[in-house]
Amino acid sequence: MSLTKEERLELEAKVNEHRHTIIRTTMWAGSGHVGGALSMIDAATLLYYHYMNIDPKRPDWEDRDRFVLSKGHAGIGYVAILSDLGFIPYDSLKTFNLTGSRLGIHLDSSKVPGVDFSTGSLGHGLSLALGAALAAQQLNKTYRTFCMLGDGECQEGSVWEAAMAISKFNPPGLVTMVDWNKAQIDGLTEDVMPLEPFADKWRAFGFHTEEVDGHDFSAMAEAIDAALERTDVPTCIILDTVKGQGVKVCAGNYRWHYGAFDEEMAKQAHNDLDAYYQQRVASIK
Amino acid sequence: MAISYTSISQTKLSTGEVYGDTLCELAKDNPRIVALTADLGKSTKMGNFAEQYPDRFYQFGIAEQNMYGTAAGMAKSGLIPFTSSFAIFASCRALDQVHTDICYQKANVKLIASHAGTSFGQAGTTHHSTEDIAIMRSLANLVVIVPADGMETANVVRAAVEYDGPVYIRINRGFDQVVYGTYDYGYQIGKAVEIYEGTDATVIACGSCVFQALQAARELEADGVSVRVLNMHTIKPIDREAILKAVHDTRRIITVEDHTVIGGLGGAVAEVIAESGMSCAFKRLGLQDTFSPIGFHEDLMSIHCIDTNGIVTAVRELLNMDFEDDEDWEDEV
Ligand SMILES: Cc1ncc(C[n+]2csc(CCOP(=O)(O)OP(=O)(O)O)c2C)c(N)n1
Repeated sequence: MSLTKEERLELEAKVNEHRHTIIRTTMWAGSGHVGGALSMIDAATLLYYHYMNIDPKRPDWEDRDRFVLSKGHAGIGYVAILSDLGFIPYDSLKTFNLTGSRLGIHLDSSKVPGVDFSTGSLGHGLSLALGAALAAQQLNKTYRTFCMLGDGECQEGSVWEAAMAISKFNPPGLVTMVDWNKAQIDGLTEDVMPLEPFADKWRAFGFHTEEVDGHDFSAMAEAIDAALERTDVPTCIILDTVKGQGVKVCAGNYRWHYGAFDEEMAKQAHNDLDAYYQQRVASIK
Repeated sequence: MAISYTSISQTKLSTGEVYGDTLCELAKDNPRIVALTADLGKSTKMGNFAEQYPDRFYQFGIAEQNMYGTAAGMAKSGLIPFTSSFAIFASCRALDQVHTDICYQKANVKLIASHAGTSFGQAGTTHHSTEDIAIMRSLANLVVIVPADGMETANVVRAAVEYDGPVYIRINRGFDQVVYGTYDYGYQIGKAVEIYEGTDATVIACGSCVFQALQAARELEADGVSVRVLNMHTIKPIDREAILKAVHDTRRIITVEDHTVIGGLGGAVAEVIAESGMSCAFKRLGLQDTFSPIGFHEDLMSIHCIDTNGIVTAVRELLNMDFEDDEDWEDEV
């Protein structure tokens, strides 16, 4: 079912808050993985506010939907969502990265309520997600599992081992998503280690594969709806995104994988985000 | 041999940059040197090498296992590959390749393992490398080195090129505090350096803990306690002679490392002492069979008692400890 105008506007407002929170947290922390957080935040927001069956009061609830942030370095984006939903106090974001904090760059599932799996070493998440989905099947549960990968991350062979196994077992309710922002640390993905033809690779591994605009809630929702309905083969949703989306100096610039803002830049970033939000809202008919 | 590095100053460069620039210098005269990374070229400071020797620089993307396997293939065919990644990925992610392709086949691969110990403290356990010394030390054919600072790293990289066989070089993220004012202190693989003389106790340290041990020795000296500091940069092959001499001379031994106390420097020293039949008071400082919390490196060093204060406290405890003094002590050496 496609999103209503009201739902889209609510999601837009929510993700705009999250983008601002990412910049604020980067300031508190001194630095952060801004680029990859801003590219995946729309999809993660859509999942958490529209799809996922969760209860912040019971983070360990057995029937909750699962989210695996396989590109764990985007934790600075994930905490914006977790704090807004009440899994963790908003004020705790002020301790992000600081000695003794529960919140490090890569979130620790034993310390942060709402985080199902500790990630940070790339190429692990899709296997973890497969395990969670197989457990649901085995235990007659109906929870869904969503996995968010980075595109650079897909250079890890283990991702494709997981892909093969997902094709084989095809457990219900498992949705694979890739934040296809075309950048990693040392450069553009196509320069560092080409992935193309990327969608065809997923297809060759047996996935129904869709490429959708990862900054468009409606387009993403259609693809997720279809993925959840489909039972013949697993689905991979390739999210066409811009690394650093919404902040001008970062957008599309691979050098903004990880970085720090000074006060002036942060102010500019918040202004950019306001303008970006207005532009997105204006495009909703 | 006089050592000259034209452009390298560790006061201006981080340890990773010293490594990168040293490799550039060595590559001038040695066309067999090639450099490999797995999307951590920027983080491990391979930028200058990539610029100066674009044809000898290989970017593998985020695929460590493939990088180490390929390096083994290159080495078995005459190249000297320097692989750069984080220590955690060299020691854990690609361990099968390191074990089977590199060590088993004695492939002449140099593994630069950066962001070691808790030096990338804020990144958490997925990026802390606090088991790598133990893992790497157990692999036959592998030389394991933990340089104390930038200058020593330059020396180690040069020595690694001259040495034929796999070498694991464990360095930190960012700047290390300066232990050595010069390159010319006679660096040799496998030969510990006594950087502070003492007779009451010996602190055996490696990596970032060497500077801390030095500070501790100075602080204790002011209190009339004489502490020897050994920079045990080579964990394998370990310098037995220096350890046993320290046992003989000081009878109190403390090891300190930014690593678990299980199987690393402390384990290596303990093995030497236990097998010698000599007795002494002994303590291992390091992570006590735990994963580290997150935090800044210097804070974590303090939390794990591997900083100056931790070492000073441990030395004092050991001085107060009673242990069976062997009457025939002198005879046993
Ligand atoms: C196994 C492993 N190797 C290397 C790294 C270091 N690292 C962290 S983020 C990153 C780049 C990730 O690129 P991508 O997956 O495209 O993420 P995004 O661009 O969305 O941030 C790398 C190499 C890591 N975390 N794990």
